[in-house]
Amino acid sequence: MKTETPVQRTLRRFFRNPVGVVSFGLVAVVITVAASVAVLSFFGWSIPFDPNATNLEAKLLPPGGEHWLGTDNLGRDVFSRILQGSYISLSVGFIAVFVSLSIGVVVGAVSGYLGGWVDNVLMRAVDAIMCFPSFFLILTVVAMLGPNIVNVIVVIGLVSWTGTARLVRAEFLTLRETEYVRAARCLGQGNWKIIFRHILPNAAAPIFVTAVLGIPDAILAEAGLSYLGFGVQPPQATWGNIITDGKVYILDAWWLIVFPGLAIFLSALGFYLVGDSLRQAAETRSERT
Amino acid sequence: MIAFLVRRCLVGVVLLFLISVISFFIITLTPGSPYPWGELNPKISPEVKEAYRKKFHLDKPLLQQYGFIMRDLFSGELRSIKDQRPVLRKIGERLPATVALNALSLALSLSFGLWLGVYAVRHYGRFPDVVTSVLAFVFIALPGFWVSYLAVIGLVDFTGAPILGLQTYGVKYPGLAAEFFDRFWHVAVPACVLAIGGVAAQSRFLRATMSEALREDYIRTARAKGLSEDEVLYKHALRNSIRPLVTGIGLLLPALISGAVIIENIFAYPGIGRLGYEAVLERDYPTLVALNFIVAALVLLGNLISDLLYAWVDPRVRIE
Repeated sequence: MKTETPVQRTLRRFFRNPVGVVSFGLVAVVITVAASVAVLSFFGWSIPFDPNATNLEAKLLPPGGEHWLGTDNLGRDVFSRILQGSYISLSVGFIAVFVSLSIGVVVGAVSGYLGGWVDNVLMRAVDAIMCFPSFFLILTVVAMLGPNIVNVIVVIGLVSWTGTARLVRAEFLTLRETEYVRAARCLGQGNWKIIFRHILPNAAAPIFVTAVLGIPDAILAEAGLSYLGFGVQPPQATWGNIITDGKVYILDAWWLIVFPGLAIFLSALGFYLVGDSLRQAAETRSERT
Repeated sequence: MIAFLVRRCLVGVVLLFLISVISFFIITLTPGSPYPWGELNPKISPEVKEAYRKKFHLDKPLLQQYGFIMRDLFSGELRSIKDQRPVLRKIGERLPATVALNALSLALSLSFGLWLGVYAVRHYGRFPDVVTSVLAFVFIALPGFWVSYLAVIGLVDFTGAPILGLQTYGVKYPGLAAEFFDRFWHVAVPACVLAIGGVAAQSRFLRATMSEALREDYIRTARAKGLSEDEVLYKHALRNSIRPLVTGIGLLLPALISGAVIIENIFAYPGIGRLGYEAVLERDYPTLVALNFIVAALVLLGNLISDLLYAWVDPRVRIE
C-alpha cells in the first residue's frame, strides 16, 4: 500500500474542503491578476486604461459603459486604478510577512530551545510589545520615517512578529524533549544545527499557517495606512488611497468607496480562509474515519 | 495570594520599564525630523530652533532625554509641542469618550461573540458551523474604515440620521432621556463597527476551547444524566471554557484602540485614537510617546485584572 506523506495528506484534505477550494481559487485569481499587472506595467502597458491618465471631461462617471467601475474626480478609470493597487497590496502582504516570520522564528526558536533567562528576557519583551496597539505603533513609526513602500513593509513586519515568536516557542518547548532531538544531541550536533535541521522542519506546518494568516493582516494594515495617507504615495494608486480620494464624494459617487473596499475585503478574506482551511487540514486529530 | 500579587507587580514593573523604553526609543531613534515645521524650513531662524531644542531637551544625549521625558511624564509636566498644553490633560479630556466607545464595543463583541461561538459549537463540524466560521473571517477581513463609510452612506443617505461627533450639533434637548438617547446613538454606530472584528475573534476563540471541553468525561456524564443540550453547553461546557475568553479581553484591548484610530476619525469622535492621529500629523512627539506609553500601560493593567478574574471565575486556578 502506498503511504501518504503528511504534506500529501494535508493537501488532499484541503482540496476536499469546499471552503478551501473556493478560497484557494479566490487567492489564485488575486495573485494572478496582481502578477500580470506588475509584469504589464513593467513593460509600460496598462489594461484597460492608463491608471494615471486624467480626463476632466469624463469625471465621476458611474459604473458601466466604457469605464466598467466608473471614474474618479479627475476622470481616472477606477478599474485600472484598482488593478494597479493590487500588486502594491500583495507585495506588502508577502514581504511584510517574510520580515515578521524571519524575526518571529528566530526569536521563538532561541527562546524555546535555550529556555532559562534567555527565554525569560525574550518573552517579557514580547509581552511588552504586545501591549502596544499595533496599528497605532505602525502609524507612528511610518509617519516619522516618511511614508513609502519600503518603510511600510519593514515597519509592518517589525511590529507583527510577536505572535509567530510565541507560537514557535511553544512548538520548540515540546519538540526539544523528543527522542530524535536527544539523539541528535547525543551524536554531538551543535545547537544551531539541531534548531534548524531537526526541530524547525517538524514545526513547519503551524508556522506556514501563521504565515498565510499574516498576509491578510498586513494587507489590511497597509490599506489602513494608505487610507490615512501614510501608505504608498500618489499618483501610485493603492486600494486605501482610492477610498481616501473618493471619500469627499461619498454621497455622490459610491463606486469610489465600494469597489476598492471590496477588493481589500475579498483578497483579505481569501487569504484568511485559505489559512484557516490549511490549519484544519493539517490537524492530525480531526480526520474523520 | 499576596505573594502572587507581589510577583505580578514586579513583573509588571519590568514590563512597564520595557514599555517606556520601547515607546521612547521607537520615536526618537526613528530617522526623520522631530520638528513640527520640517528640518529645512527657511522661515525658522536658528535661534528659534535652538530654543526649541533646549525646551524639549533635544540637545541632550538620548539617555538623558529619556530621563527627562519620563520625569516630565510622571510629574505631569510633559507638554505638547503643538499647543504647549500638558499632554496628560489632553489625554484626560479625551479618555471618557474612548472608554465609553471601547466599553460598548467590548460588551458587543463579548455578547455576540459568545452567542456565535456557542452556536458554532452546537453544530460542530456540520454546515452551520462552517457558515459561522466563514462569517467570522468575513468579519475579520472587513476593513473598518470601509464599513464605516458604508454605514455613513446607508444611515445618512437613507435615514438622514446624524451620526458624527459626540452628539447632534446645535440641538437643544427636550429632556434628559432625549439627550441620553442622542449621545448613545452617536457612540453606538462607531462601537458596532469597532466590535465587528472582536465578535469574530471571540467566537473563534470560544469555539476552539469549547469543542475541546466537549470531549471531556463530565460532558458525557451531563448528557447521560439527560440534561438538555442548552444546559450541557451553557452550564457545563461554557463554564469550563470561559478562561481563555477572559484572556481574550486583554488581547482585544490593543486591537480596539488600533481600530479606534481610524474609526474615531471617520465619525469625528473626539477620543484617544483621534488625538493620536492628530499628534501623528503634527509630529507632536511628546504626545506620541505619552500616548503609546499610557495605552500600553493600561493594557498591562487590563491583563493583570484579567489574570485576577481568572482565579475568580475558575476555582481550579490557584493563585500562589
